Amino acid sequence: MKVAAPSARDFRRNPLTAAAWLALAAYVAYACSRLDFTWARFVSGLDNGARFIARMLPPHIEQPDALLTGLAESLEIAVLASCLGILVSLPIGLAAARNLMPAWASWPARALIALCRSFHPVIVAILFVKAVGFGALAGILSLAVGSIGFIGKLFAEAIEEISLKQVEAVRATGAPFMSLVSYGVLPQVFSRFIGFATYQLDSNLRNSTMVGIVGAGGIGGTLFAAFQRFDYDFVCAILLCIIGMIMAGEVLAAWVRGVFLEHGKVEEE
Amino acid sequence: MSRAWRRFGPAQRAARWSVYVFIVAAIVASARAVEIVPEFLYDAPEQMQDLLRRMWPIAFHHYPAGVHDALVDTLHIASLGTILAVAMAVPVALLAARNVTPSRPVNYLARLLLVSSRSVNSLVWALLFVAVFGPGALAGTLAIAFRSIGFVGKLIGEALEEGNAGPVEALTAAGAPWLSVLAKGYWPQVEPSFWAVVLFRWDINVRESAVLGLVGAGGIGMALDTALNLFQWDRVAMVLFAIFCVVVVAEVLVTQIRKRVI
Repeated sequence: MKVAAPSARDFRRNPLTAAAWLALAAYVAYACSRLDFTWARFVSGLDNGARFIARMLPPHIEQPDALLTGLAESLEIAVLASCLGILVSLPIGLAAARNLMPAWASWPARALIALCRSFHPVIVAILFVKAVGFGALAGILSLAVGSIGFIGKLFAEAIEEISLKQVEAVRATGAPFMSLVSYGVLPQVFSRFIGFATYQLDSNLRNSTMVGIVGAGGIGGTLFAAFQRFDYDFVCAILLCIIGMIMAGEVLAAWVRGVFLEHGKVEEE
Repeated sequence: MSRAWRRFGPAQRAARWSVYVFIVAAIVASARAVEIVPEFLYDAPEQMQDLLRRMWPIAFHHYPAGVHDALVDTLHIASLGTILAVAMAVPVALLAARNVTPSRPVNYLARLLLVSSRSVNSLVWALLFVAVFGPGALAGTLAIAFRSIGFVGKLIGEALEEGNAGPVEALTAAGAPWLSVLAKGYWPQVEPSFWAVVLFRWDINVRESAVLGLVGAGGIGMALDTALNLFQWDRVAMVLFAIFCVVVVAEVLVTQIRKRVI
């Protein structure tokens, strides 16, 4: 293979790149002016920030009971929402896989998944608070909806990527549909399923600390109330507890992945 | 002696069983402890019907005056937040990648920054920035940016670590300065994953910026909050419809760009 000698032209600035940088700078300037960002505001904010941090330290647990029940409720919401979400999303994900299902089954399932995915759990929680009242149930249902969207989509994609040879082999023995699924399909997607189920538990744990802001149970309500009372040292304590809980959840998820997967790796975030 | 073939060894089986037992125990314990008011559940269908009836017809006439500006603001918050996040995440990612920065303490420090950015939810970041900068889009943009640093930085750092060392060594051997090694050695290798990560995060940020207004951090969430507090459910439906459309368009856009360009 002949390699062209490098010329000065190869290292010249690309005019397109320069134009892209200019466009980016212009956009940032325009967006900043539209959103009314000014230097003065930023500087006065920094002043505020120093005072804010001073008020947050040292963290102080004002109402240990509220903190503990809030954290426990968040944990319960996350566990039950993941369980419910996974149970419901498996059949929906299976129905959405276009290589196994006819179009009349996969399109409605895909539409449902898209609908579940498009709203943030906190927005869904608002609707459920209206439907089933304040409390943990609204949180569980809204996170379950989010899980259906997430797991359903990934499960359908995983099934669409499987090798059909094994499915055909099982089908050739005259196996009924359920056996086809449990012996031809599920073993091929199991490891990926573990990956996104643990990821979802993790993400539900994060969001279960937030749905309380709109009244759907968990520590979020306590946090928001403390913010509105300007009780910043309690806010700091709650935040540290939430971060601790989330990190513990990550360790737990890593343990489950380590047990079920050989290398313990997942592709998602 | 009969020997049966087993797929897993005893330790593996014990570990699997302990995971199963743990999961079942967690579900049972949560189901028993969680407080659910049954009275609320009985009239849920009725409440749902009532909700839908109040939401219909959607108040489309509200869009030009009350929703459009907030919606555009939301998009700007998401885009500007992503740009800011990338600008801050790239240096941190360079420090976190072991092959780029051969110093363990610096790597760990950078990773700690990335993890702490990710473990705080964007709504919490928004609450913090609202307390500092006051309600408005500035708090929202910074919240989006600070939450995204961890995500973008982690993925770019991993892409850098997976890069091929060959071109980098060749450049170093030729005496290329540090900036040229980055620009000609690493950048071409991580460019595709860089754009994929940025687009992916922008898509997520469009969704997230829609709720930030609930805590006062600007964008369409503010319009949603106002409508909710006034129980104007037809306007709530309008806002939700607008969010749905924007999210779907953003997702289609991102998928198309990924398919065509990357």
